[in-house]
Amino acid sequence: MRHGVARFVTGFLALPVALYLFYVVWPFAQAAGYSLTDWGGYSDSQRFVGLDNYVRLFSDELIRKAFWHNVFFLVTVPLFTIALALFLAFLLNVGGREDRAGIRGVFGSAIYKVIFFFPQVLSLVVIAVMWQQIYRTDGQGLINGLLIKIGLVDADNPIAFTADPEPFLGVPAVLWWLLFIAVWSGAGFYMVLFSAAMQSIPKDIYEAAILDGAGRFHTFFKVTLPLLRDSISVAWVYLGFIALDMYALVFVMTPSQGGPNHASEIFASVIQFNAFQKGQFGYACAIAVALAIFTILLAALQLRITRRERIEF
Amino acid sequence: MSTVTHTSGPARSDTAPPSRPPADRRPKDAGNGFGGRIFNGFSHLFLAVWAIMVVYPLLWVVMSALKTDSEVIREPLSLIPDALQWDNFARAWTAGIDSFFLNTLLVLVFSVTLTMLLGSMAAYALARYEFRGNRLIYWMFLSGLTLPIYLAAVPLFKGVYNTGVSLPLLGPNKHLMLILVYVSWSLSFTIFFMHSFFRTLPDSIAEAAQVDGASHTRTFFSVMLPMAKPGLISIGIFNVLGQWNQWYLPTLLMQSVSGEPKNQVIAQGLIELSVNQGYKSDWSGLFAGVTMAMLPVLIVYIVFQRQVQSGLTAGVGK
Repeated sequence: MRHGVARFVTGFLALPVALYLFYVVWPFAQAAGYSLTDWGGYSDSQRFVGLDNYVRLFSDELIRKAFWHNVFFLVTVPLFTIALALFLAFLLNVGGREDRAGIRGVFGSAIYKVIFFFPQVLSLVVIAVMWQQIYRTDGQGLINGLLIKIGLVDADNPIAFTADPEPFLGVPAVLWWLLFIAVWSGAGFYMVLFSAAMQSIPKDIYEAAILDGAGRFHTFFKVTLPLLRDSISVAWVYLGFIALDMYALVFVMTPSQGGPNHASEIFASVIQFNAFQKGQFGYACAIAVALAIFTILLAALQLRITRRERIEF
Repeated sequence: MSTVTHTSGPARSDTAPPSRPPADRRPKDAGNGFGGRIFNGFSHLFLAVWAIMVVYPLLWVVMSALKTDSEVIREPLSLIPDALQWDNFARAWTAGIDSFFLNTLLVLVFSVTLTMLLGSMAAYALARYEFRGNRLIYWMFLSGLTLPIYLAAVPLFKGVYNTGVSLPLLGPNKHLMLILVYVSWSLSFTIFFMHSFFRTLPDSIAEAAQVDGASHTRTFFSVMLPMAKPGLISIGIFNVLGQWNQWYLPTLLMQSVSGEPKNQVIAQGLIELSVNQGYKSDWSGLFAGVTMAMLPVLIVYIVFQRQVQSGLTAGVGK
C-alpha cells in the first residue's frame, strides 16, 4: 500500500511540477543570476559584475520615478476602488424603502449588479483600446467630443488625457487618467464581493440594531462595516497586486509606453525599456528582482496588518 | 438622513460624551418618511449614473462599429448610425480577427483543460497525501503568486527560443508552446484554490471507496473530482477569463522568428490592430474589432451571470 501511494503521488505530480519548473521556476532563477551580470541580451558575452546593477538602481532617476508612480497606484487604486465599491454596495443593499421587515435593497438591484460587473469580464486590452478611443485628444473622443459640444472645453485646446505630463496634485495627470480606468473597471467586481458579504450577515444582527433604534447609516457604519473587515482586507491585497500591474494600460494607452517623457513610467515599463530598448538585460533583471522583493515585502506587510481576529457568525 | 437629526437634535448633548450620539428612540419606521424617500431617490440617481458610465462607453463602441468612417469622424457622439454598416465587421474579420479567434480558441481549449486536469491532480496529491517534500512543492507553487511575470520575461523568451532549436513545436510562435506556458503560469492559483477545496472534502467517502477496492487514481477521478465540482466551476471560469485576457505572454512569445506569419491571439492582435488602424484611420474597423472581442464574453457572462459572479468572487474570497 505504501508503495502504491508513492507511485500515485509521483504520477500525479510529475507533469505539473516538471512544467512549472521549466516555464516558471527556471526563468525566475535565471533572472536572479543574470541580475549579477552585465549581459546585453543579444550577445553571448556576459561578465559577472556582482551587485553593481543593484547599486546603480538606487541612483537611477527613472527607477525613482517608477517607484513613486507604483506607490501612487498602490495607495489610490485600492482606496478609490474599495470606497466606491462599498458606497455602491451600501446604496444597493440599504438604499431601498424601509418597512416592517427592515431596510431593503434598492429596487432593481439585481440588474445593477449585472451591469456593474461588465468591465470585470472584459479583457484589460479591450478596456485599454476602448478607453484609448474615449480619451482621444480631438473632438472624435467621447469625452472631449461631449465637452466641446456643450462648450466646456475649447475645441483648439482639448483635454490631453494620457498625453498630459503636467502634474495634478503633484502627480502627472496621465496617471490620474489611468487610475480612473482602473477604478472604473474594478469597482463593480468588489461591489458584488461586498454585497455578497453583506448578505451573509445574519438578519437578526440587523433586527437587533433596528430594535435599538439605529438608522441605516448607523447600522452600516457600526454593524455592517466592521463585519465586512475580512472582505475588505482581502480586496485590499488583491487590488494591491492589480496596482502593481498596471502595465497593460500603460503599454496600450501612453505614448512610447511609459511616456510622455517618462511621466507614466512604472516598474514593469522600466524593465521592458531597459531590456528591449536599451539592451541591458542584466540591469533589467536586477530591477525585476528588486520589484519581486518589494512585492513580497508588501504582501507580507499587508498580511500582517490585515490579520485580525475573525468574527464568527 | 437620521445622521442629520442626530447631530442637530439632542438637547442633552452637554453632558453626554460627544463621540457617541445618543440612541435614536424614534420608532423604527421613522426613516421611511421624507428622509427615507430622499435617500431612496438619491440611491437610484447615483446607481443609475454609474450604470450609464459603465454601459455608455460599451454601447458607444458597439454603435461606432456600425457607422461609416466619415460618420465616426463627423458624428462621434451619436449612438444611432445613419445606416448599419455590417461590412465593417466583415472587413475587421478578414483583416485578422478571424485568425485571432481561431488561434485563441485552439490554444484555450487545450490550455484550460490541461490546467484544470494537472492543477487539480497536483492539488489533490498535495492536499490529501503526506509525503516528504509535500510542503516544499506546495510553497514552490504558491511563490509563483507573488513573483512578477516581468522578472521571468527575458529568460523565458530565451528558454523558449532555445527549446525551439531542437524541438520546433515548442519554439516561439507555436500553439503547443503557448498552451504549455499558459498551463504552467496558471498552475499556481489553480493549485492554491483547489488545495483548500480538497481539504474541506470529508475523508469518509474516499476511505469507503478505497475499502471497496478503488485505486488512488480511481478514487480521485470517480469520487473526489465529482465532489469538487463547485470548486472546479469557479476556478474554470477564472482560468478561461484569465487566459482569454492574457496579453503579455503572447506578446512576448508569439513573435515571428523566420518571417512566418504570427499566430496571434485575440488580446495581442487587438493591440496591434489598434496601432495599425491608427495609421490607416480605419476607425470603424477598429471599433468592429473591439466589439467582436468583447461581445462573446459579455453574452456568455449575461447568460451565466450568477455562476460567473459567484465563481469569480469565490476565487478572491478564499
